Amino acid sequence: MGGTGIVAAASDGTGEPSIDALGQFVLHPMAGPTASWLTFTQANIIMVIGAGLVLWLLYYGAKPRAVVPGRLQAAAELSHDFIYRMAIDQIGPEGKAYFPFVFTLFFFVLMGNLLGLIPFSFTYTSHIAVTAALALMVIVIVTIVALREHGLKFFTYFFPDGAPVFLAPLIVPIEVISYLSRPVSLSIRLFANMVAGHVMFAVFASFVVMLGGASILGAVGAAFPLAINVVLMGFELLVAALQAYVFAILTCIYLHDAVHLH
Amino acid sequence: MDVAAATKLGAGIAVIALAGVGIGIGNIFSALVTSIARNPAARDQVFGLGILGFALTEAVALFALLIAFLILFT
Repeated sequence: MGGTGIVAAASDGTGEPSIDALGQFVLHPMAGPTASWLTFTQANIIMVIGAGLVLWLLYYGAKPRAVVPGRLQAAAELSHDFIYRMAIDQIGPEGKAYFPFVFTLFFFVLMGNLLGLIPFSFTYTSHIAVTAALALMVIVIVTIVALREHGLKFFTYFFPDGAPVFLAPLIVPIEVISYLSRPVSLSIRLFANMVAGHVMFAVFASFVVMLGGASILGAVGAAFPLAINVVLMGFELLVAALQAYVFAILTCIYLHDAVHLH
Repeated sequence: MDVAAATKLGAGIAVIALAGVGIGIGNIFSALVTSIARNPAARDQVFGLGILGFALTEAVALFALLIAFLILFT
């Protein structure tokens, strides 16, 4: 990643600046010996800020305990109720036990997506290392929950009831593969959404710079990619919330499978 | 063939998958509109499901787009 693009300037040979769309995802360790020893990068700083914002919202939102909530309290209560209802609807009455996990996951991903949209900020969910760690944590916890709830009966999950026994050599590998591909799809979905969104920002922004530097006519034409970027920002706000929601609801669905086995 | 030309062709071929995603998202929203038109009371439940289906389908588009970006920019 990073560096100069191989493609852009090569074919036309006019020496135009190349589009370096992936350079924005390069991690830079912060200054100071401790930070560089820990490789404490800008991603980690945004993670700390995001976690702090959620804690701030919940602590100061829940503090007044007013019967008629103010804005902050309403925001805290709405977010709590939203995830709580999602957990109960998807998992069932047992979802109460797993609600804190889903809530934490949802807000960590949401903060990563939203804080990344602030200019000069950094999207930590655009790194496969972060999303894969989250998805692996989800799948390990789901498996532990299933084993604790059902013991060895959990392995009947890979062979649905009523299927003919002679199909077992076919069905069991398919079910096992689909179970193991869950963390892959869960992590790549979030990571790909964030990377694609920010690369599109970078590509259209570089169109603005290239056109604007070309001529007077180009500067007028540069308004179009700029307008596209403005629209794209609204779309990315939608995607940021939607992908956090999808991540949380898929976790709920996996937990439902673990608790109920089909 | 020139390597630069081949990478651009490859990126173009990689996004052919978007045709299927377009059909899929069109299907989801046509079913969503039909079901809301038939039973407007179910709008809240069905809308959430539709958006979930949209997000899951859109992810497939982004896999293809990501491959194209990787071909183009790395």
